[in-house]
Amino acid sequence: MMPLLALDDVVAGWQQPATTAVKLTLSAREIVGLTGPNGVGKSTLLAAVAGRARVFSGAIRRAPEVSIALQTQDVPPVDGLPLTGRELLAMTGADGKGLPPWLLDRLDTRLDRLSGGQRHYLALSAVLDTPADLVLLDEPTNNLDRAGVAHLTRHLRELAESGRAILVVSHDAAFVDAVCDRVIKLEPCDVA
Amino acid sequence: MWHELFLIPFLTGLLLAVLLPVLGAYLRLREEWLAALAYAHLAAGGALLGLIGSLPPAIGGVGAAVLAGVGKRLFAARLSGGAGYALMLLGGWAVAVLVAANHPLAERLGHAMFDGQLYFADAAMLQLVVAGTAIGLLVLWRLSQQLLLAHLYPDFFRIRGLSAWPTQLGFDVLAALSLALATMSLGVMGAFALVFIPPWLAFRRAASWRAGICWSLVIGLAAYLLAFSLALYFDQPFGPMLAIVLVFFGVLIA
Repeated sequence: MMPLLALDDVVAGWQQPATTAVKLTLSAREIVGLTGPNGVGKSTLLAAVAGRARVFSGAIRRAPEVSIALQTQDVPPVDGLPLTGRELLAMTGADGKGLPPWLLDRLDTRLDRLSGGQRHYLALSAVLDTPADLVLLDEPTNNLDRAGVAHLTRHLRELAESGRAILVVSHDAAFVDAVCDRVIKLEPCDVA
Repeated sequence: MWHELFLIPFLTGLLLAVLLPVLGAYLRLREEWLAALAYAHLAAGGALLGLIGSLPPAIGGVGAAVLAGVGKRLFAARLSGGAGYALMLLGGWAVAVLVAANHPLAERLGHAMFDGQLYFADAAMLQLVVAGTAIGLLVLWRLSQQLLLAHLYPDFFRIRGLSAWPTQLGFDVLAALSLALATMSLGVMGAFALVFIPPWLAFRRAASWRAGICWSLVIGLAAYLLAFSLALYFDQPFGPMLAIVLVFFGVLIA
């Protein structure tokens, strides 16, 4: 099967290289994890795939016409805005099918009146449940309690089985082990 | 009041009282409420420059504000953190005051714009405001979802291979154009008050985005109707009366 995403010895960074050369492929129905200690450039590599960070060497190849959804660690700035979860989902075209049951009755509550975990899951769902072939997730378990992580794990597996390709950056080893088909561990980059 | 002398100014202000609170909601979303004050001052400066350059003041005001809206987008990266709006505000104010101080005709128009003499609005201004309000509301309706997405998920456009700049530029030009039209009739501070206070109050209480827009509209219209009646009854300039009513609403609700 042709991969949706291939990284050929990619070195990514912002002003200077922040990762070692990374090689990976990601096909439909597959979940690949990127792990490693803080500062090895996991989020930077994801940002390079999304077109935000700079590629210093190597190449990123995406399948033609592939549609991408990206979740970053930045929480959508909703403080002071009268915006509900239902409106947020409608905005990104998300169907909300992956929402946990305990959030369904909070969909019409303003996002800035929800707990951090509830808001995070809704923001995550607004990305996950949109029509996309390739999903990029950066630390999706931040702010989630144990039930939230368990629900997210099941939902990601369902999404993969439905044909999505998912690339996950996470420092949560248990989550990565539970959800990923393959894990790539990034090593520190020695910048002179 | 229904004499043409008052009806035309009343309708002009009424339309702006519909457009400005809705526009203000999106400026507040983008944390750019200072833009309203900047565009209003630039429009005042442009109108006065237009007047001494033998152009209709409305053309000068709208032209200056629209140029600033386009220019602001070009220099967005260098003038972040609201610096661009502060420069526009100071530049517009300085030009307006200097031109007014050195030209008798400009002095009279300058006073009218800073006092907010809505009663000077004529049929030509009403026609401009009718067109501006219709276009403004239509554009805001079309851009609404993209503006929300650009604020909440800044990467959304890039990862989907879409360009965000038409939305951003379109909104900047619309805001500049609307504020310029409003400054010509409601005055600098009257226009700013209608942009700032209704959405500020609405966003505190509204249960959803749609409700926030509706409440902005209701508060703006209620304040306008009350201010128009009070200004007419007490024979006072409209701009300060509108600002006082909105400040009263603000204190009462907040």
